[in-house]
Amino acid sequence: MKGRPLIFEMSKPGRKAYSLPHCDVPQLALEEMVPKECLREQDAMLPEVSEVDVIRHFTRLSRLNYGVDSGFYPLGSCTMKYNPKVNEDVASLPGFTQVHPLQPDEAVQGCLEILYRMDRLLSEITGMDRFSLQPAAGAHGEMTGLMIIKAYHQHRGDIRRNKIIVPDSAHGTNPASAAMVGFEVVEVKSNDRGEVDLEALKAAVDDTTAGLMLTNPNTLGLFEGNILEIADIVHKAGGLLYYDGANMNAILGIARPGDMGFDVVHLNLHKTFSTPHGGGGPGSGPVGVKKELEPYLPVPVVEFKDGVYHLDYDRPLSIGRVKSFYGNFSVILKAYAYIMSMGSEGLREVSEFAVLNANYLMERLKDHYQIPYNRRCMHEFVISAQRQKERGVSALDIAKRLMDFGFHPPTMYFPLIVKEALMIEPTETESKETLDAFADALIEIAQEVEDQPEKVKGAPHTTPVRRLDEAKAARNPVLRWKP
Amino acid sequence: MGRYIPNTDQDRQDMLEKLGLHNIEQLYEDIPPEVRLKDSLSLPAPLSEMELVSHMRAVAAKNKIVDEYVCFLGAGAYDRYIPSVVKHVLARQEFYTSYTPYQPEISQGTLQAIFEYQTMICELTGMDVANASMYDGASALAEAVCMACQATGKGKVLVARSVHPQSREVIVTYGRFRGINVQEIGYDDGRVDMEELKQHMNRDIAAVVVQNPNFFGVIELLDQIAEVVHHFGGLLVISANPISLAVLKPPGHCGADIVVGEGQPLGNPLNFGGPYLGFMATTQKLMRRMPGRIVGQTVDLEGNRAFVLTLQTREQHIRREKATSNICSNEALNALAATVYLSVLGREGLKEVALLSMRKAHYAFERLISGAGCSPVFSTPFFDEFLVKVPTPVEELNKALLSCGIIGGYVVEKDYPELQGGWLVAVTEKRTREEIDALVREVSQR
Amino acid sequence: MKVKVIKGLRYSKEHEWVKVDGNRAIIGITDYAQDSLGDIVFVDLPEVGRNVQVGDAVAVVESVKAASDVYSPVSGTVVEVNTALEASPELINQDPYENWILILEMSDPGELDALMDAESYERFCEEEE
Repeated sequence: MKGRPLIFEMSKPGRKAYSLPHCDVPQLALEEMVPKECLREQDAMLPEVSEVDVIRHFTRLSRLNYGVDSGFYPLGSCTMKYNPKVNEDVASLPGFTQVHPLQPDEAVQGCLEILYRMDRLLSEITGMDRFSLQPAAGAHGEMTGLMIIKAYHQHRGDIRRNKIIVPDSAHGTNPASAAMVGFEVVEVKSNDRGEVDLEALKAAVDDTTAGLMLTNPNTLGLFEGNILEIADIVHKAGGLLYYDGANMNAILGIARPGDMGFDVVHLNLHKTFSTPHGGGGPGSGPVGVKKELEPYLPVPVVEFKDGVYHLDYDRPLSIGRVKSFYGNFSVILKAYAYIMSMGSEGLREVSEFAVLNANYLMERLKDHYQIPYNRRCMHEFVISAQRQKERGVSALDIAKRLMDFGFHPPTMYFPLIVKEALMIEPTETESKETLDAFADALIEIAQEVEDQPEKVKGAPHTTPVRRLDEAKAARNPVLRWKP
Repeated sequence: MGRYIPNTDQDRQDMLEKLGLHNIEQLYEDIPPEVRLKDSLSLPAPLSEMELVSHMRAVAAKNKIVDEYVCFLGAGAYDRYIPSVVKHVLARQEFYTSYTPYQPEISQGTLQAIFEYQTMICELTGMDVANASMYDGASALAEAVCMACQATGKGKVLVARSVHPQSREVIVTYGRFRGINVQEIGYDDGRVDMEELKQHMNRDIAAVVVQNPNFFGVIELLDQIAEVVHHFGGLLVISANPISLAVLKPPGHCGADIVVGEGQPLGNPLNFGGPYLGFMATTQKLMRRMPGRIVGQTVDLEGNRAFVLTLQTREQHIRREKATSNICSNEALNALAATVYLSVLGREGLKEVALLSMRKAHYAFERLISGAGCSPVFSTPFFDEFLVKVPTPVEELNKALLSCGIIGGYVVEKDYPELQGGWLVAVTEKRTREEIDALVREVSQR
Repeated sequence: MKVKVIKGLRYSKEHEWVKVDGNRAIIGITDYAQDSLGDIVFVDLPEVGRNVQVGDAVAVVESVKAASDVYSPVSGTVVEVNTALEASPELINQDPYENWILILEMSDPGELDALMDAESYERFCEEEE
């Protein structure tokens, strides 16, 4: 088949990229240590390649990718901001990377100090009382937060509360997380301003409501101005309010979920707090709660007493563990370094420029694309390619064409309530020049849709591969290499 | 302007003007004044780059590290050697600063690397298909339990007590809220108690969960367990140590239905517990029940082989509350580390790592018994980690060892009260005979 | 968009069609449904012998980026499924009326009265647009 070789196809018996020390202890045969019936009959078919093969192979692969360091990455809801290099450096200090998670507390005081301080910093930033840093990603944080909500109701004997309300504009993880925790999902409609419809919400809550999950600003990039009424409706019904922190980048130092009435929040350190996405992970999804929910946080929790940090496991109401050890520590370190570099003014400026950049970009595009909710946006906004669709060109085509201009496309077809949606989040780490260049590209594409739609529909033309046959991949799944 | 913000005061002015605004405040007019923050956040004053590095160095210096202390601690995280190549590949910005490969035309690097990773995990586990990664070994195991319950339509699982205690805790947490009933099965001479298993196995059991080598380092008899589980229509879920799979019979060849494991030993630093890597593999039959991202092979418009995320209808962004799981972000970069590690070690190297570790562990075991007054707890074969009973109070022993530069084994009585004085010792390929002899000497003197 | 509608079949609001053959109901999805889904890549068929109530999700038809439940337009017992779709789900794209998904032995043929005829369904689709 045409295409680039896989590492397995470069393999040649006898070639090697490793060197190991000689065995300095008695050389027992495998069969002397393990009964034969427990041993492999055939080797695992791993590649046999040289060191230079490995380096060239993965360097070649890396060049087929597009990262934040390659260029503008306006992926809505993902906050693809620049990842400061010094944070990578400090997170790879041997004093952090070479620590075993089960060493005694006295031997890990530096690590525990970071976890403890991070809890304090995130609590201040969000207006919550206590954080657990254990969840490994945003969705993991959602699941943890919902478990806390369920445990709280159950402990109070309020066992009928089995429903979680989710707006129709929500991330797919919200309903999926609710289902993981055994909740039933109730969807509420958005109104014509793109916000939660208060009447629909009132009709949805009752004594089976466990809580409401909300992103604010929401996935349309709009601030839910009725947030206090929303909180009141949910609380009066006996439910709790869950804050999906995906869009926290809009309001750092401006407003805090804890002051809006939220009882539980999760943050995405790999979004708001600048840690790299790693091609899909690792992330980190700390969960913060108000005082009355503290006893339910996952174990362990870091405490500070008499000048010493220690891990507290004695928390009888805790939901338990959601993963091994204490969280994605090196991701937490990078986010900690970021907050320590920014300070309170710095963080507020982050949000101010994230919002200014988004509004500026929207302004530049509004005559060329339909803006379904034409009002002030926060850190992101949604445009619709409905107009272009009439010429036979879809949001997908436009996204693909942007690659030919050297940009990463925006998020496509989300939120679900906007047809032909393109969701654009520029972040604060982009200059006006970059925003202008991106706007110019989108405007030029809009013109191409009029003059030469086939060019857009055939895009991308300049990428390492052309459009893929995704139906073929799903119909006859080939999920591993075979010789 | 603040750190990492390229726009100048002039830019701000120009942009506001374009919007017909006078000041930044006007951008926030949708936020009700009652929820606006009145004061600045109370955070430490910002540090310059130089100050930040000094601060972080100072905090890091408060830790005792395995570069300076000799580590015999394992219990789920292992001090293994990471070839230099791994770090250099992971430092490529195109890998670490990119997002999930939703746009395949500009993500072939990540996609092909995951496809290679999936192939390697299938080879090691002996399974048909693998996903692109889970958060860690423990949460992967909990997800496997949920998957088994969904696939069988049953709500009860049996979990061996010889499974890592933290993994068992995570299974209980995940299970508790969705109504999965978890029952434990004891051990006999360090292995799953077959009589107890047979006694508790019935047609209502969705899955039996076993770790191999188990928490005590002991090698389980998977074939026998599989026979019992399958006889009652249950699924066998195995948590495997990936290094051991270079030499041990792959769970897939023993009848496992889902295989997961902690991938940290494959090229990922200890990092005080994370980020690590959960791997997951299953059979063709259960493929569509598997959580997480999966990469598949296809062709582009010009007929070139290319890779793309596939079977996405299982996932949360499409299926919402009916998805197989809520997982979105995974541990892609750690999976890349594993792929590079396995490419460097290759077919022969991984076997050598396994064999070196086993030989050193067996040497340490013999010496601790013959020369340091320790006694064996079990008589069953082990891999590169083993349980002994030490002659002195075990916490005190570890304290004394730490003061002479050794990080001792894991104290199991916290999790297994019946194993008082039990000390779980891990010996990787990094440990030298000299270090092992020093350990034996120190223990014998207590 | 002009979608194909066949006379003589009954139609549901969820875009399923039913062909009545004595007490058996042959069920598939309509041209409108296959067109909105796009390239169909997988059909999750129910087990033969399963009892379903009207409105139950009885099968799932998947494209690359969407999964659509097939809701049973009538109650009954699954007596046959179209296994040809396992290997070739794209048959539904090629001819959605020829390539049925499942056959039910109806428990209450009276439920058919609640379904639309071809003309009403055609109008219904126009309104959906």
